Amino acid sequence: MTLLVNLLGLALIAVIIWWFWLSESRAAKVVGRTSLTVLVNGGVYAPDRIEVATGQPVQLTFVRKDASPCAAQVVFTDLNLSFDLTTDKATEVNLPALNPGEYPFTCQMGMYRGLIKVT
Amino acid sequence: MARAVRLSIDGMHCAGCVSKVETALISVPGVTNAVVNLAERSAMVEGDAEVSALIEAVRATGRDADEIKSDADEIKKEAAEMAHYRRLLMQAAAAALVGLPMFVAGMLDILPSLDSATGQIIWLALGIITLGVMLFSGRQFYVGAFKGLIHHSATMDTLIAMGTGTAWLYSMAISIWPDAVPEVGRHVYFEAALIIIALINLGQALEMRARGRTSEAIKRLIGLQAKTARVLRDGEEIDIPIKQVGLGETVRVRPGEKIPVDGVLLEGHSNVDESMLTGEPMPVAKQAGDEVVGGAINAAGTFLYKATRIGADTVLARIISMVHQAQSSKPKIGRLVDKVAGVFVPAVLIIAVLTFLVWFNFGPEPRISFALVTMMTVLIIACPCALGLATPMSIMVGVGKAAEYGILIRNGEALECAGKLSTIVLDKTGTLTLGKPQVTDVIAFEGSEDEILRLAASLEAGSEHPLAAAVLAAANEKGLQLASVEKFEAHAGRGIRGVVEDQSLFLGNAKLMQEQGIALNANVETRLGKLAESARTPILLAAGERLLGIVAVADPIREDSREAVSRLHGLGMKVVMLTGDNRHTANAVANKLGVDDVLAEVMPADKHAKVTELQAHGEIVGMVGDGINDAAALAQADVGFAIGAGTDVAMESADVTLMRSSPMGVASAIEISRATMGNIRQNLFGAFIYNTLGIPVAAGILYPVFALLLNPIIAGAAMAMSSVTVVSNANRLRLLKLGGRR
Repeated sequence: MTLLVNLLGLALIAVIIWWFWLSESRAAKVVGRTSLTVLVNGGVYAPDRIEVATGQPVQLTFVRKDASPCAAQVVFTDLNLSFDLTTDKATEVNLPALNPGEYPFTCQMGMYRGLIKVT
Repeated sequence: MARAVRLSIDGMHCAGCVSKVETALISVPGVTNAVVNLAERSAMVEGDAEVSALIEAVRATGRDADEIKSDADEIKKEAAEMAHYRRLLMQAAAAALVGLPMFVAGMLDILPSLDSATGQIIWLALGIITLGVMLFSGRQFYVGAFKGLIHHSATMDTLIAMGTGTAWLYSMAISIWPDAVPEVGRHVYFEAALIIIALINLGQALEMRARGRTSEAIKRLIGLQAKTARVLRDGEEIDIPIKQVGLGETVRVRPGEKIPVDGVLLEGHSNVDESMLTGEPMPVAKQAGDEVVGGAINAAGTFLYKATRIGADTVLARIISMVHQAQSSKPKIGRLVDKVAGVFVPAVLIIAVLTFLVWFNFGPEPRISFALVTMMTVLIIACPCALGLATPMSIMVGVGKAAEYGILIRNGEALECAGKLSTIVLDKTGTLTLGKPQVTDVIAFEGSEDEILRLAASLEAGSEHPLAAAVLAAANEKGLQLASVEKFEAHAGRGIRGVVEDQSLFLGNAKLMQEQGIALNANVETRLGKLAESARTPILLAAGERLLGIVAVADPIREDSREAVSRLHGLGMKVVMLTGDNRHTANAVANKLGVDDVLAEVMPADKHAKVTELQAHGEIVGMVGDGINDAAALAQADVGFAIGAGTDVAMESADVTLMRSSPMGVASAIEISRATMGNIRQNLFGAFIYNTLGIPVAAGILYPVFALLLNPIIAGAAMAMSSVTVVSNANRLRLLKLGGRR
């Protein structure tokens, strides 16, 4: 019994490491179009990984369903941009053409996390 | 860039109207698409056309239109926030209402034991009630945790859901199979789960209230905007919503009213209170030709002015936008914390599992109970929010506080760097002085003083030199009739020459006189020395080889420059004055102000090099200038301060814009920066210490020595209060008192 509990515990640690740090959710690709809707609900952005082609301006429409104050703002730290999100309302975020790289977007506290990957 | 505008349309009755309005909108230059919705009486227009043009186009069809915009959004946002606040309180109350009686009953030992079948049934019933209340009061945590999980993201919701979920599952398991654990370990934690949820909801409600106060500065700025404007159309004065004011329209402002948009005063005069925009406490006198800015209050007098900037182009709109962006930006320290916050929750989950295993393997009996309780407490006490809130809340209040003083800080990095500056370089003209030279002395060696001034002004009429304006203004003030100039020549850096009334005249500095072979006797030298000592620039006038007289010009020092320099010294700054003036005049001004060093005779193009030179000597340099002539030097400095009521270039390029034309703002900005960064450090230290001490204590590190274990309810209370404490500490910045006057 003790061995089983220990093995389960260690397996759980391995799962936590793999699931939260090593694997990533599937990215939504903005290829062949210039806009994408991002739903803000339940503490997450959906999709939270967005792939964009280099040099392509993109319009993200954030729709906030989450009433938590944490969801009230989306911040693109590396781009020095931030936008207020109103509950149940679409907020258009127009991003310029970006150089290759990763551009995170988060809530003000960095708890809701998303990533734009420019390839 | 293309954008969408939503208009409300009045006076539409049929499909025919729809077609007409759509056609009118599409025909407006810049419109790429227009869709009219008859049922909603609205239109969605895409493109980059001005809203006023769209409204005019609809009006031309005989209908009326208005933009559906910010006010409604703001009201909706506030209503949604209030509803969420009430919901949090209600959820906290519901969980407390069930959890607290269970807690008290447990303390009084009046609940049945699990040894009997009746006791088991009662506990199972309580477990089901608890589950219902948990789902009502803590639904958002469980939904958030689940959604986060499928997106490979672990948040505070994950910790709360796992902590309270474990408490409930363990308690239910004990209630169903009490014999699975030794008798001493048969303790249920339904009340703990509920009270934790109540406390966290309450904490979030309090945090929400406190967060609302952090954005008061920007709300005040938004509140400055007038709702309506009285415009002159077809000879009639009509009140219209501010959004409908067009460029070039004539607007009337009456006493006590807010100025609706930016413009130039056409008729009338008044004193205007710009204190909310610039921090300038005294009303500013305005007359025809002067600029007025939207949001300022007309203290007395009625006037007409022409709208020159509307909508998002007004100074106030740009200030709001800049403050808003700056409030969301992060200094380097904040970006580092973001990285920590990103890995924090999974790390806590791992620590929780390790805690369980350590207690399960090495703990005293009942091991399973100890293992579960400590794991649960670790999950509950960890607070990523305190860490995440530490930087943005302080930045929000700090940047807002600066805006109250008419100091616009571009971003978090500028705010962070301003506090680290070691040297402040102040451009003399326009920063330490008013930038408006005036004639102070006229000395005549031949003829009258007025004659000297008249001849000097006649020559200067063709010059573009800044001192020329002062000489011309003085002559104009005395009503002197100027003569025409022939054969005008400018000698760069020395002066000018020309023929006035058949006399060949030279006007310039001593160097020009020497070049022309004009001897300066001891008396003249003494006079020149005295003028230089009192920071006055002498301009010598000569006819042929005869010296006729001297006109002395000085740029008056701002009344608060000396105090500003003294405040900067008090902050440990080395203060350097930079000027194109000659060394004598520069030294005289420097002595009056008490600056540490003077860089005189610096050509405008060399200012940038001087800043670089100081940086090469290890100084962290703040450069203060007008933002136009000094743009390169401002950009080179570690922090560029643009002084002078928010000129376009300054606001776009400077790290810090001082809306009020006073160097005092530099000291205020540094004080705010230091206070904000200190506040961030306090917050981060608190959040860091809280988590690094709280988590090991929750894991039971004190148990082997002191037999102390943290109650999960206490952990819940600590967690709920840690975020509130961080936000409240950030709010302390609102009470910051600065060293000098506003």
